Amino acid sequence: MKKNTVSIKSGKQSKAARAFSENLAKNCFLFAAVVAVLAVLSIMLYMFLKGTPAFFKVGLNEILFETEWRPAAKENPSFGILYIILTSVAGTTLAIMLGVPLGILTAVFLTEVAPKKLAALVQPAVELLAAIPSVIYGLLGIIILTPWMYKLEKIIFEDSETHQFTGGANLISAVIVLAIMILPTVVNMSVSAIRAVDDKLKSASLALGATKIQTIFKVVLPAAKSGIMTGIVLGIGRALGEAMAISLVSGSSVNLPLPFNSVRFLTTAIVSEMSYASGLHRQVLFTIGLVLFVFIMVINLVLTKMIQGKEKNT
Amino acid sequence: MIDKKKVRPADGVMYGLIYLSAIFVVLLLLGIIGYVLYRGISVVSWDFLTGVTSVLKGTTGIAGNIVNTIYIILLTMLIATPIGVGAAIYLNEYAKPGKLVTIIEFATQILSGIPSIIFGLFGMIFFGQTLKLGYSLLTGALTMVLMVLPLITRNTQEALKTVPEGYRQGAIGLGSGKWYMIRTILLPCAMPGIITGVILAIGRIVGESAALLFTAGSAHLLPDGFTEFLSKAFHSGGTLTIQLYLSMSKGQYDIAFGIAVVLLVIVLLINFATKLLAKKFDVNKKV
Repeated sequence: MKKNTVSIKSGKQSKAARAFSENLAKNCFLFAAVVAVLAVLSIMLYMFLKGTPAFFKVGLNEILFETEWRPAAKENPSFGILYIILTSVAGTTLAIMLGVPLGILTAVFLTEVAPKKLAALVQPAVELLAAIPSVIYGLLGIIILTPWMYKLEKIIFEDSETHQFTGGANLISAVIVLAIMILPTVVNMSVSAIRAVDDKLKSASLALGATKIQTIFKVVLPAAKSGIMTGIVLGIGRALGEAMAISLVSGSSVNLPLPFNSVRFLTTAIVSEMSYASGLHRQVLFTIGLVLFVFIMVINLVLTKMIQGKEKNT
Repeated sequence: MIDKKKVRPADGVMYGLIYLSAIFVVLLLLGIIGYVLYRGISVVSWDFLTGVTSVLKGTTGIAGNIVNTIYIILLTMLIATPIGVGAAIYLNEYAKPGKLVTIIEFATQILSGIPSIIFGLFGMIFFGQTLKLGYSLLTGALTMVLMVLPLITRNTQEALKTVPEGYRQGAIGLGSGKWYMIRTILLPCAMPGIITGVILAIGRIVGESAALLFTAGSAHLLPDGFTEFLSKAFHSGGTLTIQLYLSMSKGQYDIAFGIAVVLLVIVLLINFATKLLAKKFDVNKKV
């Protein structure tokens, strides 16, 4: 049988052999296509298998709604990750608030304002920003951003007796790095959304006497809203999941996410503690992974709904 | 006359903000590249690229990390390319619209949205512990396969979609089997798209850190001889990004910037290559 499938090149194979090789090929392709499904299912399964035991040992409320994080303490360790969750939520929100306006304005520049030649210069810059490895953002964050933050911190908290100095590794530093990292995503999605807006809408608005800026902000952007929102949701996913770039600039202790506090994100807690964690501590780190995973899945579902909604509209 | 529009001061402000944003983005990129080159270019030397860091000899070099990076790229692409391309072929050429296709496409989309640190955790417990591969280049590569799969599938799908329907009907009409048609007509036509996907995937692997830290480990020595090179798949090995991360955690910023220069050069080359391919792709489309 095998010999026959090889001889397919000669074109003289029997009907049965041909049907066999056709079927074989089809099944191979089917298997390849199912790999993605298997991967997603096993990732889900393993995240739940590894992430849930700590809930039974420590207690759901003790983990999710307590704020004290002393996982390595010999006596009475506590595993409250509320501050870590809040940090991820606050950090992502702030990064979005900073990165999204910048991204949309840049997209407007590329599509509506810039002469073609200028746009041809800015567009590659956006693409390259997306391609730079996250560790390099982290490296520049430590070398450039944190010293500035430290100076600022020293000025602001000069007379404070309660403030713990962080050396500049704080929430703001992490937020700035995250905002820069989501920028390309927001720009690219907004550009394609704005390009998809019907030219007639623009012409009509201009003909009615609106200025170009009025047209952009009152007609074009609202019309491109759903595409831009998709970009923002993608950006949220990216910011929530980023680990290495912010692991060193966000500080090293768990605190309430205030601008100048040293904080731990869901991701950075895993990165910085996994290497030495053992026993229950390690299990709780997997629980943190599970919390992050659930966040990401929710975002993915929102995204799918949005894309489906968009397809229905058009 | 109505051709004189009322000048709105708010318009000027918005124009200013729009230009400022664009200028910021460009300056940001130039600043990043410029600063990395400024700090790192003096570190990069022949010895740095071909040597191995050794406390005893007092040398610093990243040759081992370069080898590890190439190793993981080759292993990953060897596994991921056939699967990714195969999946795209199934979705585009065989599957009829229905539940299965929806599920597969949904899974592919989810896979591309999962953060790399989750892949790292999964790779560590599934490939590392359940399949007992430990911290090794193979564990890292298998983890990366899952990460780059959506990239290759999607690029191949896009490429397949641009192949005119007439090509398929013509081939089938001349008596070709479907598999023969795919091999001789579709795949060659879709090749630029497939290669673009592969190159983008390589870029992703080169820049990846969180997923590899937990799976491939951090060893930085060069394999001694060919057999050791082959068995390296089962040993720990850190890529360039991992070494960069470890160096900066230890405060060895010179080494970190040296590696950053190497990474930036690779990223620029990859970006250039995909641009070139995209141009070629466009020409093909018009013919």
